[in-house]
Amino acid sequence: MPDPTTSPVLEVSDLQVSVGDHLVAVHDVSFSIGRGESVGLVGESGSGKTLTCRAALGLLPKTGEVDHGRIVLGGTELTGATRRTWNDVRGTRLGAVFQDSASYLNPSLTVGHQLAEQLRVKRGLSRTDAHRRAVELFAEVGLHDPEGVFHQYPHELSGGMQQRVLIAIAVSCEPELLIADEATTALDVVIQAEILDLLDRLRESHGLSLLLVTHDLAVVAETCERILVMYAGEIVESGTTEEVLARPRHPYTQALMGVATIGTWERRALEIIPGQPPSVGEDMPGCRFAPRCRFATEVCTSGPVALADLGEGRAARCARIDDLEGAPA
Amino acid sequence: MTTTQERPDVDDGPEARVAPLLRVTDLSVSYVPPKKGTSLGTGAALTEASLEVRPGEIVGIVGETGSGKTTLARATVGLVRPVAGRIEFAGQDMGALRGRALREFRRSGQVQLVFQDPLRSLDPDLTVAALVREPLDIAGTLSRAERHERVVESLRLVGLDPDAMLDRRPRQLSGGQRQRVSLARAISTRPQLLFCDEPVSALDVSNRNLVLSLLDRLRRDLGLAVVIIAHDLRSLAGIADRVAVFYRSRVVEQGPIQAVLERPAHPYTGLLTASAPSVTHVDRLRPDQLRPDPEARSWPAHGVCVFAARCRFAHDACTDQPAPVRLADDREAACHVAGEWRALITDSKEAS
Repeated sequence: MPDPTTSPVLEVSDLQVSVGDHLVAVHDVSFSIGRGESVGLVGESGSGKTLTCRAALGLLPKTGEVDHGRIVLGGTELTGATRRTWNDVRGTRLGAVFQDSASYLNPSLTVGHQLAEQLRVKRGLSRTDAHRRAVELFAEVGLHDPEGVFHQYPHELSGGMQQRVLIAIAVSCEPELLIADEATTALDVVIQAEILDLLDRLRESHGLSLLLVTHDLAVVAETCERILVMYAGEIVESGTTEEVLARPRHPYTQALMGVATIGTWERRALEIIPGQPPSVGEDMPGCRFAPRCRFATEVCTSGPVALADLGEGRAARCARIDDLEGAPA
Repeated sequence: MTTTQERPDVDDGPEARVAPLLRVTDLSVSYVPPKKGTSLGTGAALTEASLEVRPGEIVGIVGETGSGKTTLARATVGLVRPVAGRIEFAGQDMGALRGRALREFRRSGQVQLVFQDPLRSLDPDLTVAALVREPLDIAGTLSRAERHERVVESLRLVGLDPDAMLDRRPRQLSGGQRQRVSLARAISTRPQLLFCDEPVSALDVSNRNLVLSLLDRLRRDLGLAVVIIAHDLRSLAGIADRVAVFYRSRVVEQGPIQAVLERPAHPYTGLLTASAPSVTHVDRLRPDQLRPDPEARSWPAHGVCVFAARCRFAHDACTDQPAPVRLADDREAACHVAGEWRALITDSKEAS
């Protein structure tokens, strides 16, 4: 759990991101991540989860733009920061791993070279020290024969091993926050479980905070203390993972629970969330989930719905939250 | 839709006495020709795999990348030639088909494939009408009007509105719609067997269950046998009757899905189910209870059980690859300690 006596590692407030021709893709997103805390950001593709984390990394695509909002990393204001500031922060205080590990590694350099380079440039280690530390890090992320792996090229490694190398690079400079954007999605389940265990272990040993961005509610259930559910560019529900999964308050979270894996294999009718999410930037006066929600009434579509604080760190954005209290999930 | 009445039994899963539509026996495939006098060696994509699929049945094939799942589908439609073993489809030996006969069989569209990413497997320049009609054009058995009628009917079967869809191109469709167009294309020839290679892996949760339910309905409406190839157990939830677990070119366990995934007999199946994340805290094994000691013994490269190096329960007997053994509940597993390993698990966390 976050330590209340220290300030949060990452604080994002009222973040609005638009893409292309002023299409608002992320609407007034606010959240914070405490020191050593693990937070899961869950949403389907197009929900704005990846844009949110890219904005927090200063890595928005060329067509993307932060319209307003603040991003503060451990006291450092990153809102409108210069490229130079971002470069100082990324890799040292902010680490990141993404889904397609192979495309983040240089195919023509050994993976050890790439990790050692990071240690020499960002931490000023000597060639020998960087090599020694790199081998230690490879061992720490669970690569067998770390000395051998040091001299291997990315194509000689499996997807799971490449992801471990990237994690080693991401944590090499002891960042305060590690952002993992669908980092385990492309991996086989057995390897996925190993990588999630590894992230959890690193969080403990390095005092790292973790922002896990995924479309998979089940992955968050296994890994994160707190959860943020995003839908069509807005946070629709947040709270501790245990609370949210036990008693989801937003109908979208309930629907996600319905379609998620429950670990039983008998033949049954599968639940479906009817309809499609709205397209990016679609102007909707009220709740953005209303067209797909079985509880929607006029009150839902008439005006903006605020993210209501439910106490105990929980919040949900539903106009009918009081009516639906105790409604069957 | 008319076939539903003729097959009243499929609702509860096909019965074992129905003759299999596809029978694969001891199939071995190698992409690297084996050297003289040696066994299959490292090029083996599939080793002595056996599998049966009955009409109206959904069989899941799970395993990691490179475990031979797709190779089995490719061999069945004749895209790769097996080194050994036999493939029978509807009683016919596929190995005996050559040249013209093989081409004719493929054109008839009795076996169809559906791929993971419809954006890459559907021609972006063709309209939905042309995409769904193409297999019928190739089969060449229907008149122009009949083909059009079949296209419209196929789109309806996958729950798409033909009037709105016919003139669209793949880019103008959502991910779920695209995958349904792939399905409409695959069923337009009214196949008996459908191979779906990772049909829902690229889809969001909302669309995943939609496509899976659709497969379930198609097998009932059309009496279709479906093989779902997946690296992810979620792609089978709720619809599969049986499952075959592949590991490094071998079928390590197969049987009714509930028996296999809820009470795994092979340690790899156990590791697979323990590793699958879940939103509920079901009572289950933890992956760390099944992972081997990292300092465990090293195993010779050949002849040894394919899973030995990653198996916590590997022992001396495992230097010989076990053959599949029949177990209770109509299932089989290739393991020297099939089912017995559970008793060896200690509940301590020392391995983590």
